[in-house]
Amino acid sequence: MLGLRTFRHGIHPPEWKAATRELPIRQFPFAPTLAVPLQQHLGSASVPIVREGESVVRGQPIARADGDLSVPMHAPATATVKRIAPMPGIAGRMLDAIFLEPRPGSTQETPDGDPCSLEEAAPAEILSAIQAAGIVGLGGAAFPTHVKLRVPDEVRVDTLIINGAECEPYLTTDHRVMLEQGEDVLHGVRYLLKATGAERAIVAIEANKPDAAAHLRGLIEAAPASPEGEVSVEVLRVKYPQGAEKMLISALLDRRVPSGGLPLDVNALCVNVATTAEIGRLLPHGRGIQERVITVTGPAVRDKGNYRIPIGTPLRFLLEQVGADPELTRVFLGGPMMGAAASSLDISITKGTSGVVAFTESEAERSRRREYPCIRCGYCVDACPMFLNPSQLAVLARNEEHERMAEEFRLMDCFECGSCSFVCPSHIPLVQHFRVAKAALRKARES
Amino acid sequence: MSAVTTTVLTGVGVLGGLTSLLAALLVLANRRLHVDEDPRIDRVEAMLPLTNCGACGHPGCRAFSEALIAGSALPGKCTVSDESARQRIAAFLGVDVGAEEKRVARLACAGSHNVARNHARYDGLSSCRAAALVAGGGKGCFWGCLGIGDCEKACDFDAIRMQLGIPVVDEEACTACGDCVEVCPKDLFSLHPVSHRLWVACSSLDKGDALLDDCAVACTACGRCEMDGPGLITMRDNLPVVDYTRDHSTRVPIERCPTGAILWLSADEGPQRGAAAHPIPGREPLRDAPT
Repeated sequence: MLGLRTFRHGIHPPEWKAATRELPIRQFPFAPTLAVPLQQHLGSASVPIVREGESVVRGQPIARADGDLSVPMHAPATATVKRIAPMPGIAGRMLDAIFLEPRPGSTQETPDGDPCSLEEAAPAEILSAIQAAGIVGLGGAAFPTHVKLRVPDEVRVDTLIINGAECEPYLTTDHRVMLEQGEDVLHGVRYLLKATGAERAIVAIEANKPDAAAHLRGLIEAAPASPEGEVSVEVLRVKYPQGAEKMLISALLDRRVPSGGLPLDVNALCVNVATTAEIGRLLPHGRGIQERVITVTGPAVRDKGNYRIPIGTPLRFLLEQVGADPELTRVFLGGPMMGAAASSLDISITKGTSGVVAFTESEAERSRRREYPCIRCGYCVDACPMFLNPSQLAVLARNEEHERMAEEFRLMDCFECGSCSFVCPSHIPLVQHFRVAKAALRKARES
Repeated sequence: MSAVTTTVLTGVGVLGGLTSLLAALLVLANRRLHVDEDPRIDRVEAMLPLTNCGACGHPGCRAFSEALIAGSALPGKCTVSDESARQRIAAFLGVDVGAEEKRVARLACAGSHNVARNHARYDGLSSCRAAALVAGGGKGCFWGCLGIGDCEKACDFDAIRMQLGIPVVDEEACTACGDCVEVCPKDLFSLHPVSHRLWVACSSLDKGDALLDDCAVACTACGRCEMDGPGLITMRDNLPVVDYTRDHSTRVPIERCPTGAILWLSADEGPQRGAAAHPIPGREPLRDAPT
């Protein structure tokens, strides 16, 4: 393990990946009703282009992008549009959604759209094809990929980093995608290289996935050298949050993204490996995202596994299908470190859902630990990958000195990885303090 | 003279000289750079309550007294002072008191724990603002009060008390400083003149009877109040909106409300529900909705 590249600071949470890392991706059944939220991405909500009562074919666009910072939606199943109505979203707001009733017995074949050929398409055409396919960051942030890939004329990107680190405990989505869709990943990399003009691409994989690294290396060696640029695989040390953009750039390129800056400022770009695989899989057929690979796991789940789940599948249906424990009390969408706790089982699986991790009452009880005063041990300072001082920030947060947190202690550099909260021996909910402070600052700046 | 004495005397001499020089400089600076301040500012400030609450719209009592002297504000703007204090300031400055109607903070939600359900239990920082960031906080109604009491803590005048899991504003004590308005993550508080007695205590943008599963006092957007108060009440985004520029001293619109979402806030008896409103079951907290 030593000698492998990594970033400074960070933590080593238990991995909990053994239960699902060996399980192949399986297709998930259609729920009786699929609710496709019109806002699954950062940016403006999509605009529905179907009417109530209309029949749609699987893969058919059902909502168009509203402007540049938006993406279209595609029908996850051949179905009838039941209604367009508000439904609860993961962030606790009501969102408009298209409710679809899949028609049993009808074919679920997906017809092809306008293909985007790797050889013939110009970079700008690839970007618009990525938008037309409804592709957003599948790692969890759900930022529209075509916007992220747009490189300004005066900037040159030398390295494209394909993020297969998957440092979140429990999740094995990217691992399985790399093993089972290796060709799609490499095909997607070629599209990305061409679209961004980058010279080389590095697929970054943590050392706990040696089979994925070996598989991709084998595929790269077997294939003729790609004309778009050199592709290599780099194995990184297992450490959380290795999969964060800034940590990857630090580990692989030894460059520091400036405070408040983007990877583009240091001539790099990071794209999640599952997103890359979808680009490689969908663009040659002109299709859109209608389902995604999700790890469903956790102590409260009987049939743990990696499933290809239609977008819009209700969380309640999903948990019923995998045999959720009746004592289920806590469900995370995404991993336990950076994922979001669900407050309702009536929410839908969206493009940004990389995992569903469910816990029973006994595990939830263990996490309800009493908070003690800060003992100035400095563990959080040693854990923070952004070199912040979480202890001091928490003191300021208690006094609601939000401006000072941002100006003197770089609060806005915190990307809420949770390393500080994880190591705190006094169980201080540090990240939650910071999230409240950031929300208060956003509110103050808006008004 | 010995060497030691010389050293001591030199030290005393140098420091003494320096002290006199700097003192002279300070005296000079004080004379030359003196800013003439209206002595009335201090007098007026002393007559104000010195709570620095900001209810008058100025950053603290000193800024308000400066505005009073400059004539850009009238004493009536200070809603914290009592009437006699305002009269004294007005008499001192020889200005009109400026009759401002007393304003109070009003909550557009009535989802106390005996009528509104939670869908999920929130563990974490004991703060509404923190809870709201975790999937909205777990309340069945996405718009409703989370009941952890950030407003109670924010209130400098002890005017807010949590009762049955919802804040209740003491009209006497409330100074309309706006701290609760600012702190509520669901934006449920707003400042209103006390004469606004006809009140919509719901913020749910949804409609239909299904809402009642989560909150027994939700507005279902049935529109009866709009029919009974034509012109005065209009339905907008599934909620009645009272036009307070019209005569609103009528209880008629509340009478047929089936849930009591539109209320009459009586000064003496508290919130009054209409005759048709179904009774509220009890004071015990409701159990979480089955998942």
